[in-house]
Amino acid sequence: MGVWPYLAAGWILLVALYGLVTSRNLIHAIGCLAVAQSSTYVLLLAVGYRDHSTAPVFSDLRPGSRPVVDPIVQALALTDIVVGATVTALLLALTIQLRKRHGTVDPESLTALRG
Amino acid sequence: MTDATLLPLAVAIPLLGAPLLAVAGRVLPRTGCDVLATGAAAADVVCLALLWSHIQGVAVTPVGGWPAQIGIVLAADRVGAGLALLASCLVLAVLAYSWRYFDEPRGERAGLFPAMVLTFQAGMVGFALTGDLFNAFVFFELMGAAGYALTGYRIEDPRPLQGALTFGIVNSLAAYCSLLGIGLLYARTGQLNLAAMGRAMGEHRTDLLVVVSFVLVVTAMLVKAAVVPFHFWLPDAHAVAPTPVCMLLSGAMVELGAYGIGRVYWTVFSGPGGIPHDAFRHTFTALGVLTALVGAVMCWQQRHLKRMLAYSTVGHVGLFVVGIALLTPGGVAGAAVYVAAHGCAKAALFGLTGVLLDRYGSVDEHGLYGRARDLRLLGVLFVLGALALAGLPPFGTGLGKALGEAAAGHSQAWLPTVYVLTSALTGGALLRAALRIFWGAGPVPHSRPGEAETSGEGEEPEVREPGRALPPMMVAVPALLLALCALVGCLPAVARSLARGAAVFTDPAVYRAAVLGPAVAHRAVLPHVASAWTAEGLLLGGGSAAAAAAFAVLAVLRPVRLPLHRGVRALVTGLRRLHSGHLGDYVAWLALGVAALCAAFGAQT
Repeated sequence: MGVWPYLAAGWILLVALYGLVTSRNLIHAIGCLAVAQSSTYVLLLAVGYRDHSTAPVFSDLRPGSRPVVDPIVQALALTDIVVGATVTALLLALTIQLRKRHGTVDPESLTALRG
Repeated sequence: MTDATLLPLAVAIPLLGAPLLAVAGRVLPRTGCDVLATGAAAADVVCLALLWSHIQGVAVTPVGGWPAQIGIVLAADRVGAGLALLASCLVLAVLAYSWRYFDEPRGERAGLFPAMVLTFQAGMVGFALTGDLFNAFVFFELMGAAGYALTGYRIEDPRPLQGALTFGIVNSLAAYCSLLGIGLLYARTGQLNLAAMGRAMGEHRTDLLVVVSFVLVVTAMLVKAAVVPFHFWLPDAHAVAPTPVCMLLSGAMVELGAYGIGRVYWTVFSGPGGIPHDAFRHTFTALGVLTALVGAVMCWQQRHLKRMLAYSTVGHVGLFVVGIALLTPGGVAGAAVYVAAHGCAKAALFGLTGVLLDRYGSVDEHGLYGRARDLRLLGVLFVLGALALAGLPPFGTGLGKALGEAAAGHSQAWLPTVYVLTSALTGGALLRAALRIFWGAGPVPHSRPGEAETSGEGEEPEVREPGRALPPMMVAVPALLLALCALVGCLPAVARSLARGAAVFTDPAVYRAAVLGPAVAHRAVLPHVASAWTAEGLLLGGGSAAAAAAFAVLAVLRPVRLPLHRGVRALVTGLRRLHSGHLGDYVAWLALGVAALCAAFGAQT
């Protein structure tokens, strides 16, 4: 696959950054954060990929008989997903409170903190 | 007990205490929850204190019995364990401080606040003690998630929600950048263990991959440490978080970011195939100086007390980063002593501000003018805290500052000026506020309409119980913390031990030998690191405290308008406008910072 997955990961991160910088809606901003996180999945899986290999599940596979992709990065990606789900849920909960109590989800309308 | 049990126990105690509290909080009365939480925190302090006094060199425990080559290890030297101990002491102080602070709804939510504090503690202790880069990321996010939740704990007011969201989004984004960096490093080295990564780095030359992965990995730490231009979230989060949470955020969490930068650089990137020492030294000294100056100037401009304290944290973190960037044991020793004492002093000051908020429902320097005249004891403590921040001997902050100045002076003769200026301005701003609030000194301050600023008026008091007597804990805890800050400076054993730890911290060979076993055994003669007061240090400490007092008195009495050049005023106003409170701006600064760092390191390697 060569360099393409790495470029794709970088591109996804840039897209997410653009979305975060221009966002006018916190739900959208948190979505952009999730997109930024997707770039880490792409990168991690690309790091562990081997040509012509199979999944590292040894229940029906004799160890050493075939090359397998790196299971470590897959474990990292799984942990990353768990971490990301927690953070996203927490941020969305805060946004819901903001909408309920103060009737806005626009970061531009939150101007109490500056200077 | 041996190190092998103490190390995992230090992380496990708060991690087990948190769910226990969350469940037990449904049935136990309020007092039961407090006893349980305080007991867990106290047990962790004892555990870490034992560990800290035991460690010679680096203590290592392979978790779950897996050897370091394939498993995760916990590894602690005196610096890392000391930072974990500081965080735990502050957690204990915070739990004692908030015994009667929140009028929490009884019933099923009663144990949630202490449970979240313990989760936060587990993240901080784990981050300080881990020897595995991905594990560090997980603890980093654990500490982050608990931090966001605690910051937005009071949902009645839009400001805490705004602060928590900014904090959460900016920090999480930085953490994902860090994870990208970890992925790239794993692609290069095939390792996640810090020591093994450092060893494998030597097999390749320094190239673009190393530069990009280094910048990405440190992005998360830079954001956590609030280094300019990654600092924008910090004053917003600290200004609105409940006071006990501010004590933890400013006292320990921010410093963990600076610690992480030093730890990752020394263990992974300091050898061949990493980042050259000169490139790191120049870039991070520049970042540290910039952070110190921006923090100090912005601190002086504030009237919102918590925001003032937050910017003073930014200023001091700049000095810690300079200490680490010197890449000498002396610099790290200074930073370590400074962090320990600063954590205690800053937590004490936040605690005292919490009393003001509790009594008067405001943290505004102007609005509180002369209103706290009857709280003289509090005023004296506040002044002592401000002088401690300014570096007055014999407070530990003064000793840390003196050690840092001595180490920095060896590298660049002008660097100590930055230490003195930052301490004097931040201490001076707090003294100015204390003089106005507790003594009603000088003319009534008038606000400057039309300026971008956060006033600190109309804050919700965190406890709604009018006419309640001042809980004695809310004064006792800050007083004890200030005493602790003085102890760090007065007990030579503390600084000596941290200095020995700094010698280990800056020797990656010792760390590698301890983690990877006798195959690469290495017996180094550790250099002697100065850790005692010197005449010069006493003089500079006294001098910056005197300068702080002079700044404060001049500002309060206003006998002279400082003849500042119009350009300087415009610069300060512009700087304040940059702190716009908009999430998009902060993310843009973060991206700009990452790009600039990549360019800076790319040009120097």
